[in-house]
Amino acid sequence: MVSGGSGRHDAIIVGAGHNGLVAACYLARAGLDVLVLERNPYIGGAAVSRRLYDGFTYSNCSYVCSLLRTEIIRELNLPGYGLQIIPYEGGCTMMRDGGHLALYHNHDALRREIARHSRRDAESYERYLRDMLRQCRFIKPLLLREPPDPTSFKPRDIRELLYLGKHFHRLGEQRMYDTVRFWTMSCADFLDEYFESEIVKAHLAGSSIIGTALGPRSPGTAYVLLHHYMGNIDGAVGAWGFARGGMGAVTQALAASFQASGGSIRSGAPVERILVRNGRACGVVLESGEELLARIVVSNLDVRRTFLDIMNANDLPEEFVSQVRNFKIRGSSGKLNIALDGLPHFPAIPHGSPSIRGDLHVTDSIEMLERAYDDWKEGRWSRAPYIDMLMPSQIDPTLTPAGKHYMSVFVQYCPYKLADGEWDAARRQAFGRTVIDTIAEHSPDFKDLILHAEIRTPWDLENEVGLTEGNIFQGELTFDQLLFNRPIPGYAQYRAPVRGMYMCGSSTHPGGGVMGAPGANAAGAILRDLGRAH
Amino acid sequence: MLTESEPHYRQPLLKTPFHERARALSQVDSFIPWAGYTTVDVFSFVEQEYFAIRNASTLYDLTPMVKYRIDGRDALRYLNRLMTRDIGKLKVGRVAYSVWCNDAGHLIDDGTVFRLGDTEYRLCTGERQLDWLLDSALGFDLQIDEVTEETAALAVQGPTSCAVLKNMGLGGIERLKPFELAHFALPAAIASDAQIMVSRTGFTGDLGYELWMRPEDAEAVWDALMEAGRYCAIRPIGSRALNMARIEAGFVLPNVDFVSGERTLRAGTERSPIELGLGWLVDLNKGHFTGRRALLEEQRRGPRRQLVGLDIEGNKPAHNALLYADKAGRRQIGSVSSATWSPTCKRNIALAMVDVPYIETGSTLWAEIYLNRELVWERRMARTHVVERPFFAPERRRLSPPADY
Ligand SMILES: Cc1cc2nc3c(=O)[nH]c(=O)nc-3n(C[C@H](O)[C@H](O)[C@H](O)COP(=O)(O)OP(=O)(O)OC[C@H]3O[C@@H](n4cnc5c(N)ncnc54)[C@H](O)[C@@H]3O)c2cc1C
Repeated sequence: MVSGGSGRHDAIIVGAGHNGLVAACYLARAGLDVLVLERNPYIGGAAVSRRLYDGFTYSNCSYVCSLLRTEIIRELNLPGYGLQIIPYEGGCTMMRDGGHLALYHNHDALRREIARHSRRDAESYERYLRDMLRQCRFIKPLLLREPPDPTSFKPRDIRELLYLGKHFHRLGEQRMYDTVRFWTMSCADFLDEYFESEIVKAHLAGSSIIGTALGPRSPGTAYVLLHHYMGNIDGAVGAWGFARGGMGAVTQALAASFQASGGSIRSGAPVERILVRNGRACGVVLESGEELLARIVVSNLDVRRTFLDIMNANDLPEEFVSQVRNFKIRGSSGKLNIALDGLPHFPAIPHGSPSIRGDLHVTDSIEMLERAYDDWKEGRWSRAPYIDMLMPSQIDPTLTPAGKHYMSVFVQYCPYKLADGEWDAARRQAFGRTVIDTIAEHSPDFKDLILHAEIRTPWDLENEVGLTEGNIFQGELTFDQLLFNRPIPGYAQYRAPVRGMYMCGSSTHPGGGVMGAPGANAAGAILRDLGRAH
Repeated sequence: MLTESEPHYRQPLLKTPFHERARALSQVDSFIPWAGYTTVDVFSFVEQEYFAIRNASTLYDLTPMVKYRIDGRDALRYLNRLMTRDIGKLKVGRVAYSVWCNDAGHLIDDGTVFRLGDTEYRLCTGERQLDWLLDSALGFDLQIDEVTEETAALAVQGPTSCAVLKNMGLGGIERLKPFELAHFALPAAIASDAQIMVSRTGFTGDLGYELWMRPEDAEAVWDALMEAGRYCAIRPIGSRALNMARIEAGFVLPNVDFVSGERTLRAGTERSPIELGLGWLVDLNKGHFTGRRALLEEQRRGPRRQLVGLDIEGNKPAHNALLYADKAGRRQIGSVSSATWSPTCKRNIALAMVDVPYIETGSTLWAEIYLNRELVWERRMARTHVVERPFFAPERRRLSPPADY
């Protein structure tokens, strides 16, 4: 094991986000000497648990887990390093008129629940699930594969394109049409094909716009719905859960697995520049001025940061740089982490309903969601924001002192740039107040229970986590930026236009979320280039 | 009575109006979910319950069957578009078994259609599918409502079932022919002013009736039947015993022998009525109906596989067995979907989906069966023959008037 300093490493990974760590694990397991460099004094990127208030652990950014590929969890033995993912049951949208819609795990409870709003929708829901599952079955095998380049004639690309083509044809004629439509249509149009009840549509539409600078009526949002549905917990497709100890448990387990394979991590070591000599990446310079050399450099940062901030444009093809500039990576989300003195009361949620332990929402129509997006377009945070709110401390006993609760509130929409000036402390507070007021409308005792709140705007996310504009997926998940077009057409195979340099962050296929697939695929590409089987 | 004691998120399954009676008679506390209700799987002892179907009389709670009222000027036109069978031939007061398909000719479900009046029909099916029924109703002048909860239903099946109903006071019941329905006034001792609908239908392949009533009359009717059947050896049965009888009768069950073409995820797992051996329910000459074009094509080309009846050597039911063309098990040609030992036929029978050409009666196949020898598992390749269905079809099921036993 080489511990930093003078020796030349086989690989340096810039960024200890979960994808950087996944790539690091696979490389170290293949016998490479790997060093991970992290800017922050802690690791994890957007998958992190921090204690900012006495006795409370927050999942500061990401807060629920489903997408993390089971193959990765097994191969890297993450359970052996303390990772435990516990599914939660259902969720609930509270309505402005005091009503609610909950989603239950039990099939019959769910049918009866939806039937309270529309009997027909209760049965259409089966068709909706079927179609989501059909799309999942299509996309699943593509997640842990390097996307083929359709313009290339390399045998591997042709082989992979044939695979993609065959896989597509296996869907059958009708479903091929469905898939193409699905990948390009709006979530609102998609849901209209199944449901008549506004509340059912509103509840489901939430995951089509999370982290996305689009409204439910924008084309492309149906896919985002799938992106949130294609994960699974123990084979239950679409199920979400909590990582015990917060989402930082994912990156802590990865770090432990990596170190057990002989890798080393340096936190508090921001990379200022990736060194390129003779057209080949050869190491990095830290902000401290320290130079570290490596045969391979892998960036976990989003493509904008990677190529515009820590690389010299002169080292890159000109067209590539302008494509990177055009990469859509708009911030649209905020986050509140709240320490509560007790469990708040939500009168709309019936007593004894398990939905209180799931994801809670207050947006009860597509219209309301679209209006929330309108605010974003105008350069202000939504006055009636979409929130995805959970209290994992009801399930995970490690997060808070007994009887207290941690509430994670994901907020959509919040702009990176405000129309009326820069983000500052007062505006951050005002944003936080909007969110807290929104919740308080549905919970009379909520405000009195607040002990501490961490408020994060897209500007904070950019500055703390390093996500450009605070885009949670390291780039929008629209069809023009997916598969072989992600992040940049012609560069979907994790290789940067500079030899010896690779990308492994969520900017690459198959995209954002705590999934690990970009990191695993990048490691596969590297090992293939090194002539080592993966 | 229907009581909503607990909200659905605590108790997702509903109780049928017969639930209290069933619970009181249940000896082994074996309940299973069925279409949103909790129902009895076994009351006491499966073989005894089974033999009551073939030897005496049985009560089976049918309430969870999903029931739709279809009423309106275009009801007939609608049903003829929906269904593969010619519903135009169905007269008022009669019942027809039918299936329906999607455009691809894949079976969605099967069920019984009751013609209650000139424009009023009732459809009974195993699965909820209001969305499909409503989508298909576009442009037709009619009303479709689910009436499952408004109608309690009880199957009275077995060789003494006619006698039981006579004893109960349903005068003229013996004149009811197979697939006929009639309304009877309930004797005042049971319920004043109440009617009950009886159809000579069932899922046992035996003599039997199905009784359709208001939920508020349910317990009284149950009690009256138990009383009237006292000397006819009547007993309540659960789904397990019924399942043995329905396999003997050769009837298919959704989600056991086929998955609705509107629910499958994998291409190629859908089934057509022709493949399920229900081609006799498809009337390609009645005019257009959903799936007709695909079924015409399939009929022209011939099905690639078909549901067949099997007679398997040995006495170990071939649950989920894989079927091979050769004893060595090199070439898989199908699999078993329903299997049982038939206590009446004394044969080891099954329903299976088998590839052409092995569907011909008399073909020899091999079934891979796992045997539990005090937890030491062994594999056996059992010689199997394709045989005619139904496996058991007693004359009495058709006889009118029926005998007393
Ligand atoms: C508020 C929020 C909520 C989310 N909720 C969920 C959720 O519930 N579930 C889910 O699955 N996904 C969620 N996501 C998305 C998911 O968290 C991210 O897509 C994913 O974590 C990104 O991982 P990554 O490894 O690709 O990149 P990152 O996590 O962004 O990692 C990049 C790393 O690089 C480091 N870095 C940056 N610059 C430098 C430098 N110059 N030198 C060295 N290191 C540097 C950063 O500090 C960071 O650690 C959420 C994201 C956010 C922001």
